[in-house]
Amino acid sequence: MSHSEQTVDRATDLANPDRAALLADLARVLPAEALLFADEDLKPYECDGLTAYRCLPWAVVLPRNDQEVVAALKVCHARQVPVVARGAGTGLSGGATPVVQGVVLSLARFMRILEIDPLARLARVQPGVRNLAISEAAAPHGLYYAPDPSSQIACTIGGNIAENAGGVHCLKYGLTLHNVLKLRVALVNGEVIEIGSHALDEPGYDLLALMIGSEGMLGVVLEATVKLTPKPRTAQVVMASFDSVIDAGNAVAAIIAAGIIPAGLEMMDKLATAAVEDFVHAGYDLSAAAILLAESDGTAEEVAEEIATMSTLLENSGARELRISRNEAERLKFWAGRKAAFPAVGRITPDYLCMDGTIPRKHLSHVLTRIAELSAEFHLRCANVFHAGDGNLHPLIMFDARIPGETERAIAFGAKILELSVDVGGTITGEHGVGIEKVQQMCVQFSREELDAFHAVKAAFDPLTLLNPGKAVPYPRHCSEYRLTGSAR
Amino acid sequence: MTDCIEEFRSRILERKPLRLRGGGSKDFYGGPLVGEVLDTRGYSGIVGYEPTELVITARAGTPLAEIKSALATRRQVLACEPPQFGEATVGGAVAAGLSGPRRAVAGSLRDYVLGVKLMDGEGRELNFGGQVMKNVAGFDVSRLVTGSLGTLGLILDVSLKVMPQPVAQATLRFEMAQDKALDALNGWGGQPVPLAASCWQDDVLTLRLSGAQAAVTAACEKLGGERMAEQEATNFWDSLREQTTVFFAGPDTHAPLWRLSVPSVAPPLDLPGAQLVEWGGAQRWLRGAADAAQLREIAAKAGGHATLFRGGDKTGGVFAPLSPALMEVHRRLKQSFDPYGVFNPGRLYPEL
Repeated sequence: MSHSEQTVDRATDLANPDRAALLADLARVLPAEALLFADEDLKPYECDGLTAYRCLPWAVVLPRNDQEVVAALKVCHARQVPVVARGAGTGLSGGATPVVQGVVLSLARFMRILEIDPLARLARVQPGVRNLAISEAAAPHGLYYAPDPSSQIACTIGGNIAENAGGVHCLKYGLTLHNVLKLRVALVNGEVIEIGSHALDEPGYDLLALMIGSEGMLGVVLEATVKLTPKPRTAQVVMASFDSVIDAGNAVAAIIAAGIIPAGLEMMDKLATAAVEDFVHAGYDLSAAAILLAESDGTAEEVAEEIATMSTLLENSGARELRISRNEAERLKFWAGRKAAFPAVGRITPDYLCMDGTIPRKHLSHVLTRIAELSAEFHLRCANVFHAGDGNLHPLIMFDARIPGETERAIAFGAKILELSVDVGGTITGEHGVGIEKVQQMCVQFSREELDAFHAVKAAFDPLTLLNPGKAVPYPRHCSEYRLTGSAR
Repeated sequence: MTDCIEEFRSRILERKPLRLRGGGSKDFYGGPLVGEVLDTRGYSGIVGYEPTELVITARAGTPLAEIKSALATRRQVLACEPPQFGEATVGGAVAAGLSGPRRAVAGSLRDYVLGVKLMDGEGRELNFGGQVMKNVAGFDVSRLVTGSLGTLGLILDVSLKVMPQPVAQATLRFEMAQDKALDALNGWGGQPVPLAASCWQDDVLTLRLSGAQAAVTAACEKLGGERMAEQEATNFWDSLREQTTVFFAGPDTHAPLWRLSVPSVAPPLDLPGAQLVEWGGAQRWLRGAADAAQLREIAAKAGGHATLFRGGDKTGGVFAPLSPALMEVHRRLKQSFDPYGVFNPGRLYPEL
């Protein structure tokens, strides 16, 4: 008896006839080790980084090559079973949370770097390659892959593409969108298309822009070509402490107004600073209302020039203390806290929710004041980490899921913050994606007609709504339910 | 402005083909001009400009020149350098999606689009994206619309990311054959050199550097070449962007202009006519009558595509044909935004 036949036998034991039939079909086209269906094997896939939502899928497939992806998609398409593609599962919005009676398509085995072309400055990689692994492979050529989300040690390029991931350097170097040249994509029916080009453009609509950030709802990425950037010769960071968040916000505006685009420009409030200092001991100023990190990179001369200008601007904006990194170790130490902000907050609270609104920076003090008021109202602490250069705010709402009602309160608090972001002209998600977490707040940001347009875009790729259904774009009934609760406009 | 919007809506709701037009600076571009003109120039004006947030929002009919002067007062620019070609409007620039000499380094116009308000074939006003730099709520329709040649809807408002003017600039010239120029450009591209733009023509490579003063000075020393006077250099790059140089606008204007977009590392292409190379090797212009099919094959073999940019016989199509699977996706997208075939029919592809 072959492995796949054994699989079929086990599958037929399972109660649900539709599930059994699906597993039998999958077992016919996939080797046994590429198909998981026992509860204990499915368990690790029941959630992604958004652990508050869980769902056990019918099956997990772990294909090893394009043919197996295509075969699995064709089976699911024929049986009209939903498919959720998954990278490393580090996403924070539930983009990879399984859907009921669906299949999880893990691209974990697509981990080969196929080509590094130093002359053309590009890397051709499989979707399961980790973000940081690309930079490591490019390093001998003096190149790197610029977008650096906090989870870059673990997260995969496929997931980055699905969420249009950013990072702390995207003000200067762009988001995933600006650093991907070409994709090979399997459509839901198993058809494979190529989007983008190693040239700088291609004829027709910009499907590449559409695919990036589409949260796995339009197709499954099989291969990506990404842009590599020359590694700056040197980098230096200046850390400034402020007595007020408003001063810190004004300092950011002053730097931009002076014509400087810093390589990184990050802010943390007092609570966030305390949490990370406890964690990494970077020597942050614990009495400051806000800490600002401004990085310059380039040649030594460029960096010296820019750091000097920024230091003056920071002082003129009311910074009460400035520290400039004296060497690479110190620079990394200054950044360590910011990069570890989420786990650091995780240490001081049993649970936390990470929000991801983007706001026009001029509204920063209003938004932070309002968040402080909401924090008191909901009786939940909230630390704020801010990609100050581009207005992307990450309030971290702390709660204890074991206390009855506290999870609900945290979610309600988060919803208020997202609505506040929209009210001031921003967006509910800057880089984490909508997923399931923020799907209801989409009703706040978009009109019925705009949501219809998104559904139509999805239908152009996936007419049967099988790829990651129910994520990112709400259905009208979601919105009417949400409006009934009085949250949406 | 409400009157303008209502007029646009009532025209669209007639469900007859419309030819969306701003300044008409790109009437030459794309497929045949079909339908009655819908002129966007009455719907004009900068709606918001936040220099410290790096964003400008303007109505579609706003002249690009007006936007550039507003930015200049705060020492800011559109880094992707969309050409004006005369009287271009910002709506037309976004619809065409063209970028200028800095594109290879600074990114394309699409990279700078933050949000678009669109009127679709049902006359609905739809907002996509916004005024902030990081925004992943909903599919990226504002960038889908960029470069769609007005075939998906009428662009009403546009928000663009702006950048500071470079602190320092320099333009260098080198005598160099095309193959050597391509090698040099790709080599420099992998180093931390403050490249901004490049142009190779008639065995002369012209290179623009821009960035911090220290970086530009150091690069000038490192690269050598002959430094061009700054005013002359500005004129050179402006006329390249606007295609007013002899290569583009000289006496031989009856000869069609082809644009080949290829990987920068593609070797020199054997093309029947005069060539000009931009974008570090990634954009190659050909002035001369050529067999469309043959040219498309050359471009495809090099990993790119060929566009009949200006003039010539458009009956063989302007843009390289799409695969059936891709065309099917295009057709469905067109159908969902423009179910009655109102917007610029055939301007991009006969099927759309």
